[in-house]
Amino acid sequence: MSKIIEINTPLDADVIAGLNCGDIVHITGTIYPGRDAAHKRMAEMLAAGQPPPFHYPGSIIFYAGPAPARPGDIIGSIGPTTAGRMDLYAPSLIKAGLVAMIGKGNRSEAVKQAIIEHGGIYFAGVGGIAALMSRCVTKVDIIAFEDLGTEAVRRLSVVRLPAIVAIDCKGNDIYDRNSG
Amino acid sequence: MREIHVNEITNTVAQLCIKACVVVAPDIRACIQRQLDAETGTARQVLEDMLENQDIATRRKLPICQDTGMAVVFLEIGQDVRLIGGNVADAVHEGVRRGYDEGFLRKSVVADPIKRVNTKDNTPAVIHYDIVPGDGVKITVAPKGFGSENMSRLRMFVPADGLDAVEAFVLETVTLADANPCPPIIVGVGVGGTFDYAANLAKRALLRKIGSRHPDDFWADTEARLLEKINATGIGPGGFGGRTTAMAVHIGTYATHIAGLPVAVNIGCHVNRHEEAIL
Repeated sequence: MSKIIEINTPLDADVIAGLNCGDIVHITGTIYPGRDAAHKRMAEMLAAGQPPPFHYPGSIIFYAGPAPARPGDIIGSIGPTTAGRMDLYAPSLIKAGLVAMIGKGNRSEAVKQAIIEHGGIYFAGVGGIAALMSRCVTKVDIIAFEDLGTEAVRRLSVVRLPAIVAIDCKGNDIYDRNSG
Repeated sequence: MREIHVNEITNTVAQLCIKACVVVAPDIRACIQRQLDAETGTARQVLEDMLENQDIATRRKLPICQDTGMAVVFLEIGQDVRLIGGNVADAVHEGVRRGYDEGFLRKSVVADPIKRVNTKDNTPAVIHYDIVPGDGVKITVAPKGFGSENMSRLRMFVPADGLDAVEAFVLETVTLADANPCPPIIVGVGVGGTFDYAANLAKRALLRKIGSRHPDDFWADTEARLLEKINATGIGPGGFGGRTTAMAVHIGTYATHIAGLPVAVNIGCHVNRHEEAIL
């Protein structure tokens, strides 16, 4: 079992550069859940010359849409969704500065190239352990596209959210099955 | 003629939606516990996280996964039953609406596949009806997440392609799916029938218990052989590498046309939710 690396947001370029494919990390700080419908809107905003609804250096976008909170809880179950569905939109967002992502599953060559070119990083979580992951969340606000329900963009404070470096800034890819 | 009020169907569907999404089935849990022994390092950690997640979900009444799926409902209605008090489809949709509301389950359904406006109550369900002998109603609710559903495939082979093509197609489907369907997966395969029926067989194959075998030894052996090949791909738990990529391969078969060999593969994730009740 590899050592767990504790990282905090915002991620600066040095932290990203120091992480390698396969590293197990715990992420503490602020992350931004957004998925299919929000990506479509953000891509439209970028195409129209507007900035995305959140744009802080070193912020992490989390491909996820939570279940509703039970009474007394701040959020329901939440975990990574299939990242590949965001591949069409990701390169332009990476170029606009949203260089860090959390999702699950492999990415397109275009996304990998954008990660290499712009010093990005792609973390993967384990899909389907969303009750466990919800316990890492300490604060939730909806910050954009509230009409999208579970697909609205949120700002989450998380403590020690578990993930694995799936594609590092050099383009090494945990899902490349031929890399040995 | 036994009379059953459709309100009973509504209540039962609501309860089954919640139970399926919150409590993992014993056969799945036992299988993951067994698979722990085969793994070390990250792969073992992922399986341990899955078990811990199941405990937290049960204890806190949280859905195991945030994707609580589109509700697939199978109704096996005895031919000696008369349903009273309303429309049976409406009763099922109302059960889904209530279950997803009362269980704090995610509403993941859009009304139109292109216009994509969320219906905000997870309806409609996908409903399969069978008329069967007897005077009972069996209800099975299988909330289907789309991380795994999206990785499913169907192909119309020709008879000359034979078993080798069937096996290669299943293996190719699992390999293309890779980490996306949340392994260790259940692989439901439908072989035979028609285009639509092969998919139906594959979906129903996911409802079988882990450890069950196809009644025909020829196909039971195929299931075992495919499971071994899938676990040799190295995809592993969560897709991070390892020996356990699948928990089971379940093949459903049916007669087919002299010209055809339809094959459908429907993938279930590592919780493969389904619950049933008999009225």
